[in-house]
Amino acid sequence: MKRIKSMTAKRAYPRSYANPVLTLAVAFLMLAATGSARAELLIRITEGANAAIPVAVVPFAESGTMPAGDKIGSIVRSDLTMSGQFNLLAPEKMLSLPSQRSDVYFRDWRMLGQRYLLVGQVSREGDQLRARYELFDVNREQRILGETASAPASRARSLGHHISDKVYEAITGEPGVFSTRLAYVTVAGQGEDIRYRLQVSDVDGKRSKVRLESGEPILSPAWSPDGKKLAYVSFETGKPVIFVHELATGERRKVADFRGLNSAPAWSPDGKSLLMTLSRDGNAEVYKMELASGDLTRLTHHWAIDTEGSWDHSGRGIFFTSDRSGGPQIYHMERLGGEARRITFGGRYNARPRPDANGEYVYYVHQREGEFVIARTHLDNGQESIVTRTGADESPSLSPNGRLLIYATEQDGDSVLSVVSTEGGAAYSLPAAEGEVRDPAWGPITR
Amino acid sequence: MKASLSPKVIALLMAAGLFAGCSSTGEKMDEESYGSDVEAIDQDGGATVYDGTDEEGGISSSAMTEEERREAREQQQQAEQEALRDITTFYFDFDTSEIKPEARDVLVAHARYLADNPRVQVRAEGHADERGSKEYNLALGERRAKAVERFLIVNGASRGQIETISYGEEKPAVRGSGEEAWAQNRRVELKFD
Repeated sequence: MKRIKSMTAKRAYPRSYANPVLTLAVAFLMLAATGSARAELLIRITEGANAAIPVAVVPFAESGTMPAGDKIGSIVRSDLTMSGQFNLLAPEKMLSLPSQRSDVYFRDWRMLGQRYLLVGQVSREGDQLRARYELFDVNREQRILGETASAPASRARSLGHHISDKVYEAITGEPGVFSTRLAYVTVAGQGEDIRYRLQVSDVDGKRSKVRLESGEPILSPAWSPDGKKLAYVSFETGKPVIFVHELATGERRKVADFRGLNSAPAWSPDGKSLLMTLSRDGNAEVYKMELASGDLTRLTHHWAIDTEGSWDHSGRGIFFTSDRSGGPQIYHMERLGGEARRITFGGRYNARPRPDANGEYVYYVHQREGEFVIARTHLDNGQESIVTRTGADESPSLSPNGRLLIYATEQDGDSVLSVVSTEGGAAYSLPAAEGEVRDPAWGPITR
Repeated sequence: MKASLSPKVIALLMAAGLFAGCSSTGEKMDEESYGSDVEAIDQDGGATVYDGTDEEGGISSSAMTEEERREAREQQQQAEQEALRDITTFYFDFDTSEIKPEARDVLVAHARYLADNPRVQVRAEGHADERGSKEYNLALGERRAKAVERFLIVNGASRGQIETISYGEEKPAVRGSGEEAWAQNRRVELKFD
C-alpha cells in the first residue's frame, strides 16, 4: 500500500499545471478524432438533467506504461456524464486526488457538494490492465463498492465502461448500459458513389467497426438477445431481403427473400424466431419465422399496411403499426393471432412501436403540428406524452435498462443520433462525421 | 371490389375512340372504383364512341380523303401518346397511394403501350418522403407501386409485364427537407427495360 501512497503523492504535484496538460490532451484527441472521422461518430454532450446526482470521479492513479488514449477515470467520467443522470465534478475543482480510502477527507467532498466519490488506481501487468476502485457515499462516509477488474491493455475502454456500469448500478440500483453497443447505418457519397455502411460501436460512438458496406440501402438493424447477431434488411440483391449476420465470424444468412417486401425484422426474447413484414400474400403483413426451420406463421390479416412488429415485455404478444383506421396507428396483439387492440389515438400518425422491458410504456414516432417527434403511451392509463422535440425524429430504440432512448434526427442541419433520458432531459448526440447516420439499434446487456 | 371491366372491353372501346378520332380518352374515370386506390375508365364515359360518320354533317367525302384524314389523326394520336409516355414519374400526397387525376391520361397511355407490346416489361418503383417511420414508408412505397400496377392492369397491361419494388424513403429523388423536396420524393417511377 505504501507504493500506492507514494504514487498518490507523485500525482498530486503536477496539479498546478494539470489544466494546460489536460487542454493539450483534449486538443490532441480532437485531432485524432478528425483523422478517423470516416469511421467514428463524434460525441457531443448536449445537456444534463436538472436533478442530476453530483458525483466526483478522481483521476485514477497509474503505475506502469498506460496505453494511449483516454484514461480510465476520464472514460468513467464521460460515461456517467453521458447518461444525463449525474453531474460530474471537474477534476480541477477537486481539493485532493485520493486513490484509496485512507487518503479520502469526506469533509472536503461534502463541502464540494458531492454525493458520491469514486477513487481508484490502474496498474499494468504485462499485457493486462488491472484497476482497483472504490465508490463512497460521501454523506454516510461509507464504501458502497470496492472491486478489482482487469482487461487486456488493448481494451482499456472496455475496462472503463465496466467500472461505469458497476458505479451506475451501485448508485441507481439498475444495471448500467455503458458496455452495450450500438448498431447503425451511415450513408456517404452520392449517386454512383453512394456507400451504405452498417456499423457497430460503443454507446459513446467510439470503437466503431464497419460490418457491411454496400452501394444499395441497408436498414432496420436488430440485435439478437445474446448480442451476437444482427438481423437487417439489405437491398444488395436489388430488392429488400432480410439477412442474419453473425458478428464474430461475419457469416451471413439470407433468411427472408420472398416476392415483395421482406422488412422490419425483430427478434423474439428467446432468439429463436424473427418477426418480419412480408408482402408475399399481396400486401404488408406481420409474420413470425422460426429461424431453425424457416416455418412462417402469419400474424395479421388485413388489407391495410401491417408492419413494424415488436415483441411486448411478456414475450407472448406483439405491438405493430397498422393503417387500418386510415392512417398509421399502434396496435397491441396480446396473444399471437388474437384480437388487435388499438393503443394510440393522439394525432393522425403514430408508427414504429418500441415497448419498454417492464410493460409500462410503448414508444413510437408521432406526428404533431406537422413535425415528427418520439412520443410514448402509458399502457395502463393510455396517457400520451412527448419524449423528443427535435422535429424530424425517427427510429426510436431503447437502452436495455429503459433509461435512455436513441433516435435519428437532425441538429443544425447535421444528421445525428440523439440520446435522451426517457424521464426528460437530453443526454448526448452522435453526429455523423460525414453524410448521414440513421437507424440506430441499442444492443442488449451481455455479460 | 374487383374489376368487372375486362381489359378486352377497354381495349375495344379505345380502338373505337381512336377510329373516330376522339382525342380525349379517360375524361371520366371516377365512377367505378377498384380497391382503394385505382379507378378505371367508366364503360360509358371513359371513351366516347362516335358512329363513324363524317363530322361535317352528312357531306360525304371521297374514300381517299377519309383514309388520309384517318391516318393523319392516327399519327397525331400516336405522337400525343408518345409524348404522354415521356412522363414516367407519378407523384402522391403524404401518406396516400391514391393516383392523382393528372397522372391518369399518362398511365392510360403507358397501359395501352404495354397492351400493344406484350413483350415489353416495366418496373414500378415506389418511394416515400423522409418523414415518419422507415419501415412504414417501405410498405407505403410498395402500396404506391402496386396502385400504379393495378391501374396499368385495369387499363390493359398484363400482370406478367409489371414488376413492383419499394425503396421507401431510401432513395429520394431530391435531397433536402421541406415540402418542395418531399413532394418530389413521394413518387412511383416506371422503368422500362
